[in-house]
Amino acid sequence: MKIKNLKLTFWGAVFWIIVVLGIYSTILRFTKGLGAATNLSDKFPWGLWIGFDVLCGVGLAAGGFVIAAAVYIFNLEEYKSILPSAILTAFLGYLLVIVALIYDLGKPWNIWHPIIMWNPESVMFEVAWCVMLYTTVLALEFSPMLFQKLRLEKPQKIIKSLTIPLVVAGVILSTLHQSSLGSLYLIVPEKLHPIWYSSNLPYLFFLSAVAVGPAMVTIESYLSSRAFRREIEIHILSRLAKVTAVALMVYFVLKVEDIVNYKLFPYIFSLRYESLMFWLEFAVGVIVPIALLTNSKIRKSKKGLFVAQLITVLGFILNRLNVSITGLESYTQAGYFPKWTEISVTLFIVALGFAAFRLIAKHLPVFPPEVEERKTITEGFEVISMREVFKEQI
Amino acid sequence: MKYGILIDITKCIGCYACEEACAERWNNPVTETHELSAIQNTAVEDHDGTYVPRLCMHCEKPTCASVCPVGAFQKTKLGPVIYDPSKCLGCRYCIQACPFDIPKYQWDKLNPKVTKCDMCYERIKKGEIPACVEACPAEARIFGTKEELIEEAKRRIDENPETYYPHIFGLKEAGGTSILYLSDRPLNKLGFKVKLPEVPLSHFTEQIMSKIPNYIFWGGTLLFGIWWITKRRDEVQRLQKKLKEMEENNKKENEE
Ligand code: SF4
Ligand code: SF4
Ligand code: SF4
Repeated sequence: MKIKNLKLTFWGAVFWIIVVLGIYSTILRFTKGLGAATNLSDKFPWGLWIGFDVLCGVGLAAGGFVIAAAVYIFNLEEYKSILPSAILTAFLGYLLVIVALIYDLGKPWNIWHPIIMWNPESVMFEVAWCVMLYTTVLALEFSPMLFQKLRLEKPQKIIKSLTIPLVVAGVILSTLHQSSLGSLYLIVPEKLHPIWYSSNLPYLFFLSAVAVGPAMVTIESYLSSRAFRREIEIHILSRLAKVTAVALMVYFVLKVEDIVNYKLFPYIFSLRYESLMFWLEFAVGVIVPIALLTNSKIRKSKKGLFVAQLITVLGFILNRLNVSITGLESYTQAGYFPKWTEISVTLFIVALGFAAFRLIAKHLPVFPPEVEERKTITEGFEVISMREVFKEQI
Repeated sequence: MKYGILIDITKCIGCYACEEACAERWNNPVTETHELSAIQNTAVEDHDGTYVPRLCMHCEKPTCASVCPVGAFQKTKLGPVIYDPSKCLGCRYCIQACPFDIPKYQWDKLNPKVTKCDMCYERIKKGEIPACVEACPAEARIFGTKEELIEEAKRRIDENPETYYPHIFGLKEAGGTSILYLSDRPLNKLGFKVKLPEVPLSHFTEQIMSKIPNYIFWGGTLLFGIWWITKRRDEVQRLQKKLKEMEENNKKENEE
């Protein structure tokens, strides 16, 4: 018991340190400008906040549309129990991306301009619209949880009747902007290193998002099963892992095709920084996860699945950072490493996300009601085996 | 009428008069760095004694205008590519995307703008010539309509084939630009990029952007279709199950 308490205070302390530093960096950013708070420059106009907070943030939130599509479009009922938490993760993810943009944009008060000032030719314009619309869709998909808590029957019914159109819109919007984040780089063929530049960029970005969405759902289920002491839906998660594996296999084929088509052999087999980073990304993000996730033993073990999916996520992050930072270094002949205040803002935003998730998951019906009902009320937290829940139905 | 500037590198003497004129025109301080920056919209770079004036190329199909989500950049009818800070949200995609690395950012300001040469648009509208061109004592920069400038450049190359490298930079690069360069050697030896395509760079995103409306339509139809089929399949399966159960019940009853 003592160890548990110590652990809690340790993470609590980390959280508060991040918050304090984050507030300092926030003040610096908004009183002294981007120049003082970041290592960005005319040579490196996009840094950690775009590379991690936006590119990774949007990708990692892909679980929302993948699971929603599985449940409602493909009618795979068994995923229904993890849908609410996937939706919540996605919704928070997008809100945090918008928060990150407020830090990163030079004139954040103009963030709404794409609504009335149009440039349909611009990929960024499309991303802006998709993110706006999809965040709205997620808010609506999330709202039943709130209505349920407040016992508002009518709005709950209205949203329910809109479910299918909402999910279809969500899937289309997600496909569009997940891939468009890759399209952003199509316009810099002479700047982005050949290892990463490819006309397949939009497809690669989309596929890796589809792969990493379920991975994030798995990680989030694993962590919350520990935090909220509930049984993990291992049979569902291990089937989800197949989605990740298949998406990564298609990714693998596309990337190999790129290597052949763009004649990348001399680049990837040279002993340069870029090629090392590429192999790291490719091994961690594609090869190792495929190897692990196609192994049914690993898929069936909680820890194994968690570790495998964690590796998928790390590889994904490496890939996005490579495209947005590593891949541009040789062209600009300048290095970029984020200033500590940039890192602290990023940690701050992530920490806020964790805190918000915890808070909402505690108060709203995010986790399957069957489990909740069976809790012994006197004990507060009680582990209820999913098997027990499913016994009845079998 | 589309105007432009012809820059003849062989004539530039590196007196920096253009830099000073430009700084005055923008109310910027005069610097010693001779590098494009947020306070310097033209710069005369020194490449081992060869002076290379740099400024925005005023592309015919500007990448900056193509990528800007709010259309803050605009190619005007007169030729200059101008920027409207009141639209800009500061995403800096223009800086990332410009193939000539021209736009700079006011990183230290709280209300930052993107900065670059605007070919002295206000002066051109009034029928005057750009400040830097007016200031140049060596006629290394001349102003005129693009046709005139191309004629003039061709004439110079024809008349002095031993002085000039026979290429007018800006005719085709990145889809063509309003600023043209003449030089005694290929410009990629003077700090310009080697790998510039001859099509405007927006070409690379157009291909994928033009697919979007189609995708929305077909994607939507397909998704609704799949939903309908899987839902129907589920219903049918459920009904079949029920039928079977009923049959079996009937059988049992009959047997009894
Ligand atoms: S050189 Fe760059 S900033 Fe100038 S018009 Fe072309 S794309 Fe825009
Ligand atoms: S920084 Fe401003 S001008 Fe440049 S692309 Fe973004 S919104 Fe447009
Ligand atoms: S045209 Fe005007 S803005 Fe452009 S470099 Fe010359 S003086 Fe400066």
